[in-house]
Amino acid sequence: MTTTGRGASGTVNPSSAMVTPGFTWSPGRAFWVVAALVSALFYLFGKDWLPKWALSYPRQWNLPLKTEIGVFMNWLVEDATLGPISFQEFTRGVAWLLEWPLNAATSVLATGLMSGPGSSAVQLLPPLSWLAVIAVVVAMGHYARSRGLAALVGGCFLYLAVFGQWHSAMVTLASIVIAVPIGIVGGLAVGIAGYRWRGLERLLTPLLDLMQTIPIFAYLVPILFLFGFGPVAAMIGTIIYAMPPMVRITMLSLRSVPGELVEFGRMAGCSRRQLMWKVLVPAARPGLMIGVNQVIMLSLNMVIIASMIGAGGLGYDVLTSLRRLDIGGGVEAGIAIVVLAVALDRLSDAYARREPRSGSPTRGGLLKRHPWTVTCLLVVLGTGLAGLVIPAFQTYPAQWQITTGNGWSDLVKWINVNFYDALEAIKTALLLNVLIPVKRFLLAMPWAWVTLLLTVGAWQLAGTRLAALVLALCAFIIVNGQWPKAMVSVYLCGISVVIASLIGISAGIVSAPRPRLWQTMRVVVDTLQTLPSFVYLIPVVMLFRVGDFSAMIAIVAYSVVPAIRYTVHGIQKVDPQLIEAGVVSGCTRRQVLWKIQLPLAMPEIMLGINQTIMLALSMLVITALVGTRDLGQEVYIALTKADTGRGLVAGLSVAFIAIIADRMIAAGVARMRRRLGVDA
Amino acid sequence: MPQASTKLACNNVWKLFGPDPHGFLNNIQGEPDPETLAEAGLIAAVRAVDLEVQEGEIFVIMGLSGSGKSTLVRCLSRLIEPTRGQILFNGQDLLTASEREMIEIRRHKMGMVFQHFALLPHRTVLGNVGFPLEVQGVDRARREARALKVIELVGLAGREHDYPRALSGGQQQRVGIARSLAVEPELWFLDEPFSALDPLIRREMQDEFLRLQSVLHKSIVFITHDFDEAIRLADRIAIMKDGALVQVGTPEQLVLKPADDYVAEFTQHVDRAKVLSVGAIMTPATDGPGFAGSLNVDDRVAAIAARVEAAEQPFAVIDAHGERVGQVTRHAVIDVLVGRELGE
Repeated sequence: MTTTGRGASGTVNPSSAMVTPGFTWSPGRAFWVVAALVSALFYLFGKDWLPKWALSYPRQWNLPLKTEIGVFMNWLVEDATLGPISFQEFTRGVAWLLEWPLNAATSVLATGLMSGPGSSAVQLLPPLSWLAVIAVVVAMGHYARSRGLAALVGGCFLYLAVFGQWHSAMVTLASIVIAVPIGIVGGLAVGIAGYRWRGLERLLTPLLDLMQTIPIFAYLVPILFLFGFGPVAAMIGTIIYAMPPMVRITMLSLRSVPGELVEFGRMAGCSRRQLMWKVLVPAARPGLMIGVNQVIMLSLNMVIIASMIGAGGLGYDVLTSLRRLDIGGGVEAGIAIVVLAVALDRLSDAYARREPRSGSPTRGGLLKRHPWTVTCLLVVLGTGLAGLVIPAFQTYPAQWQITTGNGWSDLVKWINVNFYDALEAIKTALLLNVLIPVKRFLLAMPWAWVTLLLTVGAWQLAGTRLAALVLALCAFIIVNGQWPKAMVSVYLCGISVVIASLIGISAGIVSAPRPRLWQTMRVVVDTLQTLPSFVYLIPVVMLFRVGDFSAMIAIVAYSVVPAIRYTVHGIQKVDPQLIEAGVVSGCTRRQVLWKIQLPLAMPEIMLGINQTIMLALSMLVITALVGTRDLGQEVYIALTKADTGRGLVAGLSVAFIAIIADRMIAAGVARMRRRLGVDA
Repeated sequence: MPQASTKLACNNVWKLFGPDPHGFLNNIQGEPDPETLAEAGLIAAVRAVDLEVQEGEIFVIMGLSGSGKSTLVRCLSRLIEPTRGQILFNGQDLLTASEREMIEIRRHKMGMVFQHFALLPHRTVLGNVGFPLEVQGVDRARREARALKVIELVGLAGREHDYPRALSGGQQQRVGIARSLAVEPELWFLDEPFSALDPLIRREMQDEFLRLQSVLHKSIVFITHDFDEAIRLADRIAIMKDGALVQVGTPEQLVLKPADDYVAEFTQHVDRAKVLSVGAIMTPATDGPGFAGSLNVDDRVAAIAARVEAAEQPFAVIDAHGERVGQVTRHAVIDVLVGRELGE
């Protein structure tokens, strides 16, 4: 289409340089054609022609960054002081401060108030009964939205009781209940500071970028080093992981409060404090609540990973089952996490969207004004007392519990018995024809060559600054000796992203024009997004065991969502007038799609792919558990050895790959938008 | 020296946007022309504005979008810091006031209505209207009583527990007006208050506004891009173009003596009968066959047209002291009504 268009314009305007239809020859394009040829030559003959240092960066040229960080951490723990107190005392103080509320929450929800040391402890007060907890969440659901939501969250919690996950779930919930408010308040405070002081925001933005792209494992290592192994360290990890989006969303939603509203606040004579707390924060509330929802979801996402450094609860159950290859147990605990996640997600989402009801405030007695609060208190007290006499009120009776663990194990066995050959054939075919050749190709490229190509690409997209950034980030990976592992990461991620994009974009294209299909699809997509990343590993390991292939499937499943979402969004956002214009000019539906909707939706789709890449990279590290040999594995090993230097260097390398991809795509999207004349 | 009845005066107010506007203004001799500004990469949103708002008058600043009227009104209330100039409010220079003093002035003496209402979405009508009082620290019972009173004044009684999103645009702006009046301000800024409303509602709100002003007698700075609105509401109009004032005068002065083609462009399509007064079309009285009646020199032509047109004799025109100062003939009135140039 574009070629004929060009040809036509060429005939109309003969002075135009582009008279010949078809491929136009510019220096930029020529470079990439030559580059592709050279790359092919490297792949075929590189081993014989190139000197050894060109293919593998010599070890003696490495920077000793890993060791330096290790030395620094040792100094921090052993010798560093903050004024009169040593750094270690400081970290212990922080841990102690956090331990209190965490213990309290665990007592209330899971263990009851205990007295005395260790296993000889005596229970002074029982925890909240299962009926009481369910009553409270049902009341919250009803208050926040509707009976439907109340039934959903009630059902979710009932599921936890019926399937015997109650105790673990409550331990997990206790840590969430403490970690989430701290994450919210901390994020809000930092975000407000960033809003007030532009300089701080400039400082925060790259830091947040880094924190969101650096794999979680990488900062678990220093936390482990500083705070030791245990629930508190796990909670600190969770908070650090869950806070960045809150900071970002706080700054964003404060900035998007309409300027007139701020002006009104000033005209009304607000002091700075009044302006912040009476105008800005309440007006930004809907946005902030999305941040709250994010904090909750990320905290849950962290549940399993945090159990690696000492969190108990559902995450611990999944992890131990996975290590024992007890598929049934792993699936059950995994589903319990999902159920908890769904319940908390919907609940917080409903609170976020809740609009206060109009009408004059109800007057009357306590019961009339707060019917739900009073009912909940009564249920809490009633079941607590009744539980002293009849244990079934306190704890869901064991004989009523259902377990599906054996069912899952049997199912896997059955699949493996009946479909082993088919699954194995698919796996082998893909491995031999796609995965291994791509991996070989990437590993055969000299590091300097790849760096050159990336830098030139960045320069073409956005000029010198981006090129310098890309060059510097690549150099970091190279001089720290991470290049081969980085290439394995790129290969695994790259293939997964291509597959996820193909699936996601096609799914998006199919469902965008069909509202009912999209509604169903949205439920699937929403659910996929609530699943903690770890959960994806369970079925994959069950069916394909460990290895690159399993990792790829898990990454694709985890990262496909944004590709679908952004494609649908991009297509739906296309101005209806343009589509009408197309229809009026006699386009078929296919032509409308390919010639109008897709080109205009392209910037959105690229953003979706960008998100897909980010998710793929974050999943990559987790797939180290199923035996990949890349940067993820490097970080994971560092975690098991508590080697901070090694973990941080590998973690930063992952983050830098993510930043390179992100910045280059963002530059590409900006260019595309400018060309299409649409704003962000 | 401003007169005692001057509420707000501004002298040589400048607002430049761009790199280092202060340095630029300090280094330049006299007034910079547009070319020098463009060379320095600066945009002059407000240029050398002088104006005075008298106590109790409706002073309308009229200009098309981008003319700098919104920036000017924000300079007057010091929401935006002017680059240079002096702004006197009751004789006090606002630009030298401290943040604390400014807060006090805004809390007690200024009110502002915004184009897009700027209502707090999380508060009811009552909460919004009571907000300026709450900020001052007025206790709940007193501020709610006061808020209910102004809510009633703008005709929204019964809606006080609704949230803004439940109200129509016109009602929302009534809330905005009520809120700005809650503190009984001396100086009332209205920044295109009716521009976001449908034409019919706009008309209704203009009437409402005039009704309120007839009760309240505030000193008002009213911003609009709609010349008809300006004519309808204003005691005096300032026309703004490219950041500078082109002409300041009563609607009648603008219509009769537009300062340049730009102003003439606006006045040309105005319904002159509603703007011109009897005084503007009267001719010296002749001792003819007698008069059909008498008219006040301030009467609008539109208001007396039917009477004059129906009578055979001319009408006598008398001034405020009852002195006869001229006469108006049927012919002169018809000239205005059909749009013939005066004296043709």
